[in-house]
Amino acid sequence: MLSTQAIEKIDYELTKYPADQRQAAVMSALRIVQTERGWLSKDSISEVAQYLGMPEIAALEVASFYNMYDLSPVGKYKITVCTNISCMLRDSDEIVSHLQTKLGVGFNEVTADGKFCLKEGECMGACGGAPLMTVNNHAMHEFLTPEKVDEILEALK
Amino acid sequence: MATKMKELDAMKPVMTDLKGQTLVCLRTLTEENPASLATYIKLGGYSALKRIVTEKTKATDIITEVKDSVLRGRGGAGFPTGLKWSFMPRYFDGTKYLVCNTDEGEPGTFKDRDIIRYNPHQLIEGMAIAAYTLGAHVGYNYIHGEIWQDYETFEAALHEAKAAGYLGENLFGTNFCFNLYAVHGYGAYICGEETALIESIEGKKGQPRFKPPFPASYGVFGKPTNVNNTESYASIPWIMQHGGAAFAELGVPNSGGTKLFSVSGHVEKPGNYEVKMGMPFSELLEMVGGVWKGRKLKAVIPGGPSTAVLPAATIMAATMDYDGLSKARSSLGAGSLIVMDETTCMVKALHRLSYFFYEESCGQCTPCREGTGWVYRIITRIVNGQGKMEDLDLLTDVSNNISGRTICALGEAAATPVLSFIKHFRPEFEYYIQHGKSMVESQ
Ligand SMILES: Cc1cc2nc3c(=O)[nH]c(=O)nc-3n(C[C@H](O)[C@H](O)[C@H](O)COP(=O)(O)O)c2cc1C
Ligand code: SF4
Ligand code: FES
Repeated sequence: MLSTQAIEKIDYELTKYPADQRQAAVMSALRIVQTERGWLSKDSISEVAQYLGMPEIAALEVASFYNMYDLSPVGKYKITVCTNISCMLRDSDEIVSHLQTKLGVGFNEVTADGKFCLKEGECMGACGGAPLMTVNNHAMHEFLTPEKVDEILEALK
Repeated sequence: MATKMKELDAMKPVMTDLKGQTLVCLRTLTEENPASLATYIKLGGYSALKRIVTEKTKATDIITEVKDSVLRGRGGAGFPTGLKWSFMPRYFDGTKYLVCNTDEGEPGTFKDRDIIRYNPHQLIEGMAIAAYTLGAHVGYNYIHGEIWQDYETFEAALHEAKAAGYLGENLFGTNFCFNLYAVHGYGAYICGEETALIESIEGKKGQPRFKPPFPASYGVFGKPTNVNNTESYASIPWIMQHGGAAFAELGVPNSGGTKLFSVSGHVEKPGNYEVKMGMPFSELLEMVGGVWKGRKLKAVIPGGPSTAVLPAATIMAATMDYDGLSKARSSLGAGSLIVMDETTCMVKALHRLSYFFYEESCGQCTPCREGTGWVYRIITRIVNGQGKMEDLDLLTDVSNNISGRTICALGEAAATPVLSFIKHFRPEFEYYIQHGKSMVESQ
């Protein structure tokens, strides 16, 4: 069951489209449900599809096409580091290895306590602030140094 | 909202030294609260829209002005904006749509982000003027998912503009209506391609459509749609305020106006710099504090990875405008400069880029899907010390076979770095293959 808050938010997104185009809100709806539940299970995706009156398979296709949707659990905090060229030139690899050592996980792994998951991201359109990472998709941290990463992790505990 | 703003304040913005810049799209940066409506209005914002709407300026006159400005699409292809606008059907029974492309996510490209977070109202005004001109009543700004905080800033600006009577129904007491909405991507570079973006707005996978039909005849929900880049729309209010000729004069022939250059990589002060078209690269490099750590310049990708890399000597002699960079055998693209110093291993740099295109190919055309994967695997083999000399010809061959055989231009974009890196830095690739290690790192 979608929560009342989620429905309220999805209904707001629906105001952006013609009444007969409910499917258009699927990107937002999946984002809203994922933010609330941490990740998107098959059931979550079905609920979204049902609410928007679209085929489940179409919602699943969207959820699996876009990188920021997580179709398996990602722990409490998903950390995504951009490693593409502009970030690489500013030593993003050093940030990655620092995170890997510190958290004791590789890419796409979740720490044993279920707290952190590390992901490799593609360009986030913010390369001027490289190296950078996002936490749970929506909080971006730029101009990273290993020390700054430590502070951020500390604050997330 | 208050707490949200607080979080935003805590972020260190990518603000650059304004000295030497000519601010059009980012004109509010001189002020304390650049993103606020009050700031924008103080600088003459929304006056062009109000005049046009209340005086009922003829659409054809606006299009002429935009043509005179020599504004060319800032999303990468450089298509003349005035000409594009003239393709929208004048009379259409039903809703026409306006779409803004803020989905930048090609490595090195981050200019539109500063427009939506530091000067959102100028984009809103530019889109409203375009909507009036093209007879569109609904607009969407599609924003790259990862810059979430900036999406929120922009959406807040939309509400602010609506409350102040610059968006919505019966604007300025006339019958002109324009509703503009923020929508977001969620991690797919291909949605920057305009037809993929339209599919995504409709709630589908972002796979490009065959063209024709072009969006002007079959766009969002199958309706006539005009798609422009953020910076293109954001230039419009200034053009309508000061005239197309004045905008053209800021730049050089064939490249009107100012341009936002996103500078990343090995420079002292990375960030966005808005300067007049035609600025020599050497001057721009000085503005960004030069190559970092006092090192020597090795190469620059001048317009984003889909444009050809240029060795230091070539780019140092080039000017930053459409013709200047095509003379240098590259292109302006989206104005995304990726600067590489002498310590950069070009094989490894290309390796990263090839991974990007492989990962972001939407997979519907065989040459792109297979070709990008093949290229990535060959370069991986070279980086792992298992390359063969024939690989270089193979890379060229595979890349040439992607180009021109695909639905969208991503195929070509993926081929360009491969071909240009090998052309200009072949000895480095040969060294890597012969010795199984990087030439630069072995020095
Ligand atoms: C793979 C690919 C990615 C693109 N990404 C963007 C982008 O992020 N932003 C953008 O404005 N245009 C992008 N474009 C170009 C758009 O398709 C379109 O031409 C542009 O938005 C039109 O606006 P303009 O005429 O104002 O430049 C991309 C094109 C391709 C083929
Ligand atoms: S060229 Fe590549 S990205 Fe473009 S439509 Fe074809 S497969 Fe998709
Ligand atoms: S390359 Fe890392 S944000 Fe663009």
